[in-house]
Amino acid sequence: MSEAATEPLPQAGAVKSSWRFNSMIGLNIVALVFGLGFWQLVTSLGVVGLPTPVQVFNQAIASISSGLLVSDALASLARVLTGFILGIAVAVPVGFLMGWYPTARGLIEPYIQFFRTIPPLAIIPLAIVTMGIGEVPKIFVIFLAAFLTSVVATFQGVISVDRTLINAARVLGARDATIFRRVVIPASTPFIMVGVRIGLGSSWATVVAAELIAAQSGLGFRMQQGQLYYDLPVIFVSLITIGILGLIMDRIVIAADRRLTAWQEKA
Amino acid sequence: MNPKISFKDVSRTFDVAGRPIFKALDRFSLDIEDGEFITVVGPSGCGKSTAMNIAAGLLQPSSGQVVVDGVEVKGPGPERGVIFQQYALFPWLTVRENVEFGLRLQNIPKQKRREIADHFIDLVGLKDFAHALPKMLSGGMKQRCAIARAYAVNPKILLMDEPFGALDALTRVQLQDQLLQTWSKERRTVMFITHDVDEAVYLANRVVVMAARPGRLDRIIDVGLPYPRTEEIRLSPEFATLRNEVWRAVYHPAAAA
Repeated sequence: MSEAATEPLPQAGAVKSSWRFNSMIGLNIVALVFGLGFWQLVTSLGVVGLPTPVQVFNQAIASISSGLLVSDALASLARVLTGFILGIAVAVPVGFLMGWYPTARGLIEPYIQFFRTIPPLAIIPLAIVTMGIGEVPKIFVIFLAAFLTSVVATFQGVISVDRTLINAARVLGARDATIFRRVVIPASTPFIMVGVRIGLGSSWATVVAAELIAAQSGLGFRMQQGQLYYDLPVIFVSLITIGILGLIMDRIVIAADRRLTAWQEKA
Repeated sequence: MNPKISFKDVSRTFDVAGRPIFKALDRFSLDIEDGEFITVVGPSGCGKSTAMNIAAGLLQPSSGQVVVDGVEVKGPGPERGVIFQQYALFPWLTVRENVEFGLRLQNIPKQKRREIADHFIDLVGLKDFAHALPKMLSGGMKQRCAIARAYAVNPKILLMDEPFGALDALTRVQLQDQLLQTWSKERRTVMFITHDVDEAVYLANRVVVMAARPGRLDRIIDVGLPYPRTEEIRLSPEFATLRNEVWRAVYHPAAAA
């Protein structure tokens, strides 16, 4: 038993990579400071007719203390999470069904492929006409955005499960239900997580657009108001909030993915 | 005594699009005795993996049958353990969880499961890696884990499909010795597929030589060498003579009947 693992143990690279991580963070901060400085410079010199970082910051403080920013952000988040969670909850079983049963695939795939080519936003006029101007059409459109990206990813995951793993389970005495539960589901998790991540991104893009078109609350609605009254700082605050919230959600998904698929062999 | 595994006129054809039917295996017959270590060697396309997959129940024969303990093989079963060239470990499970996989399917209680798993993990020398994920293991360690997993469900037969084919020459020799050690402690009937003539002779009671186009049995060569096999045996003139005989059989097969 003298033979040793060829891959280095994870601790071996830890020192080097933590240094790289710190210097990366340092570079990121430098870039941020430089960008803000540039923004301040061009706006205070009047090169472009945009608000200065200070004006935007003051507007952010005002929006937060009036409670509007928080309530807008919560309204948008509530729509995204409802639509997104519903979308994933339907997409994963449908994707599994399509991957596992060729009949289901044959019946469902034409619709998925067709609706995938339509941007979810294009559905908004139809959704408003048929579902009214309340929460339902917005959540429906977000649901659609999340569903369409995740269902394809899940389906891909199921059909690309290594046949040898299925055979290995089979020769150990596993039947179809067990193979599905203990092999197909874990093996397709990395694919599903890719779908979840893309789905969340497209949900977030969709909610803002939907609120621009028809809403009485939310970050998109606030920008629409800012446009109406030529209130550029309000638009900036909304934009930055959208960016920050999108980034945080993406990081949460990445962290979940790391935990769920830590077993993967990275090439 | 009745043979443990009996191939009876097993043929398997594949439809290859646009071409005539491909005969992967043509009227293959072979009896393997209980506790025997058989190696099957031959060029690619000789049907050795096809024969093994049929015995494993992963592939249906086009005609003929495989009988194990007097019962015709209809599908896979835990009494026939299979070891794949690509290891086929479940990458999301630790070494121990992999070894316990088959035991869980049999609803063996946790305590007992752990006992059995630990026994075989120890036997293949992975005691210190019981909690490691497969991605932490080298190729040789992965295959040892796969061997422990196959042993854990207590199969009567081990079917091994070029298990050391992806390993470097040095690791391969080490694993051959370890496999024979394990086999001497936990005696099973083994059918071991390989394309390596040295490996075929070193491990086997009998070497089955197959030929290609169509895939068929060419001849069976008895290896009269005693176990345990040692380096001394590997370097002996008797071994060399046998290896030469197998080599000639592999590279100069008799014409197809």
